[in-house]
Amino acid sequence: MKTDREFLRNPQRAQALAEVLRKTAPQRPVRIVHVCGTHEITISAHGLRHMLPEGVSVLEGPGCPVCVTSTVDLDQAVQLATGGVAVCTFGDMMRVPGTELTLDQARSRGAPVHTVLSATDAVELARRDPGRDVVFFAVGFETTAPGTAAVLLEDPPKNFSVLCSHKLIPPAVEHLLDLPGTELDGLLAPGHVSTVIGANAYSRLATRHQVPVVVGGFEPLDVLYALVLLLRQLRDDQAKVENAYPRAVTWEGNKQAQDLLRRAFRVYGASWRGIGEIPASGLAVRPELSQWDAALKYDIKGDRGQEVAPGCRCAEVLVARAVPADCPLFGVSCTPLSPVGPCMVGAEGACAVWYRHGERPVV
Amino acid sequence: MGRLLAERVLPKFSLRSAGTVDLDALDDGATLTLPEGEAVVTTDAHVVKPLYFPGGDIGRLAACGTVNDLVVMGAKPVACTLAMVLEAGFSIDVLEDLLLSCARILEMTGTALVAGDTKVMGAGELDGVVLTTTGIGVARKVIRDSGIHPGDELLVTGPIGDHGMALVAAREEFHLQSDLMSDVAPLWPLLAEVLEQTNVTAMKDPTRGGLAAALNEMARKSGVGIEIDGPSIPLRPQVRALADLLGLDPLQSACEGRAVLAVAPADAEKALALLRSQPAGREAAVIGRATEHRPGQVVLNTEVGGRRLLDMPLGDPLPRIC
Repeated sequence: MKTDREFLRNPQRAQALAEVLRKTAPQRPVRIVHVCGTHEITISAHGLRHMLPEGVSVLEGPGCPVCVTSTVDLDQAVQLATGGVAVCTFGDMMRVPGTELTLDQARSRGAPVHTVLSATDAVELARRDPGRDVVFFAVGFETTAPGTAAVLLEDPPKNFSVLCSHKLIPPAVEHLLDLPGTELDGLLAPGHVSTVIGANAYSRLATRHQVPVVVGGFEPLDVLYALVLLLRQLRDDQAKVENAYPRAVTWEGNKQAQDLLRRAFRVYGASWRGIGEIPASGLAVRPELSQWDAALKYDIKGDRGQEVAPGCRCAEVLVARAVPADCPLFGVSCTPLSPVGPCMVGAEGACAVWYRHGERPVV
Repeated sequence: MGRLLAERVLPKFSLRSAGTVDLDALDDGATLTLPEGEAVVTTDAHVVKPLYFPGGDIGRLAACGTVNDLVVMGAKPVACTLAMVLEAGFSIDVLEDLLLSCARILEMTGTALVAGDTKVMGAGELDGVVLTTTGIGVARKVIRDSGIHPGDELLVTGPIGDHGMALVAAREEFHLQSDLMSDVAPLWPLLAEVLEQTNVTAMKDPTRGGLAAALNEMARKSGVGIEIDGPSIPLRPQVRALADLLGLDPLQSACEGRAVLAVAPADAEKALALLRSQPAGREAAVIGRATEHRPGQVVLNTEVGGRRLLDMPLGDPLPRIC
């Protein structure tokens, strides 16, 4: 692993790739979109935008599962917790605003909210304390969903259930491409999600929308190499799927994980914060596992609250029509400590990454 | 409590006098006879979870925290006070052990414990123990965090982020195994000679918020820009690996035994050599320099040749989901 790391951050190779990018870039503005918070962190933390040729921009689309979790789902989790049910979720969900409260605020008022690193941790909590109801508030894309599926299929304890807010990446990208006025020259496809769904999952998208797609990894050289392949396709007027992350991603993906997803979940039209409903983009617990479906087990409702505050441009950032610095609130009234929009809340949201990693023009 | 103090607490501290009225007098206060220079005072309340962490404990942390705050002001530590607030039922054996750990550091740095206090609160009213220390030192030349001039070189005394990452790694819920230890250690006598022989223009200990916070504060207060060369920042492989794994920035991770120094350009090489000549400073490094451009901002040149702002960290970092 040490060798990998050194290899994939080698400054000479990085400069060489930057040079290839400069030579390959077409003589027109190019907009590449990625949909992964970890890609954004690699790009920002390593200052890669500084190495791109002029006219080539890379933007984050709906790549942060925390940011796109709707207020309805969040209100339900808060409602469960304030009602005394132990709600377990990932650390970065804690500060996402609901209509009235965040989970963090609910916890500070005494509600039993726990941060966990996996669904398994939540099941263990339920096993240790059989007299207590435990709900796993499940968020994330195809990366975290198999973990939730696995516990659902392993006959978890009766006092355990799942509030399911898992979402799927390819339908979100298709939706983005279908939106009128979307300008997108290429997709840097997410490495983590693709380990599960496989590079083939983007074939239809590439063909239907005539958009180059390259699956990329997360080291700086992974990203630069994927961008080289994308610019080459653009130069040669191609629109195909390429895999620039073969050490982790196969064309078919992880069949076992896909099987878990099929057996535990059904697909439905989910609501994405700032974007609205996207057909066939969400995962819900299958009817045969309904005893572990918190949405059915408890009488919880949520009204669609205000999802994006006035003046906030998150809705545009989420569909890659604006970058965080375009928003007048960015870094002024909207910071990670007092976020206004969803993209500033989740640690992988474009605005939060830009803010934390100083991704602003260095003059 | 009086007997406990006399029998089990006081003897732990070998240095108990820095004036005519000392700790053993158990008077209402102690007196200090200070050497020439400007007196520097600092105070801190220490809480840490767990009380024992890889490489240290709250006793050591309290002593180092106080001593180091004095040292980065340019002061030689002279004396310190210690107030303990204990949760009812807190083990006296554990307390003894923690105090011994505190005493060792005070002895090592020539700091006398001259006054103290103990209070007990009910079970559940606090988490184990809170240690509050006030330190007094004397500086021949006071070093601020605002004195950097353009052209000054920036140095660190050793690898960055060990303390914060060691604590994260020790948190039970992550199920991690790591041999990483906290860097909690006193900066005295490490910095004694450097302060004596070179022109240190500014200094800070990168505790909360890590190197990123320290550099930003120094840049803002000094009205200079700081340009950092990423690859020259010493980082342990374990710190890099944990940071990658948990999605944390090692440059925002706390240190408890390191200092960031700005040194006049002519003296930078000498300061580095003086630091490196001591075991605690063997991994010291020059990490960047101050500029006239972009006053108040810190720019990081990354290892792959990219460039970005190194911003002031916000709040407590939370591990990411994937």
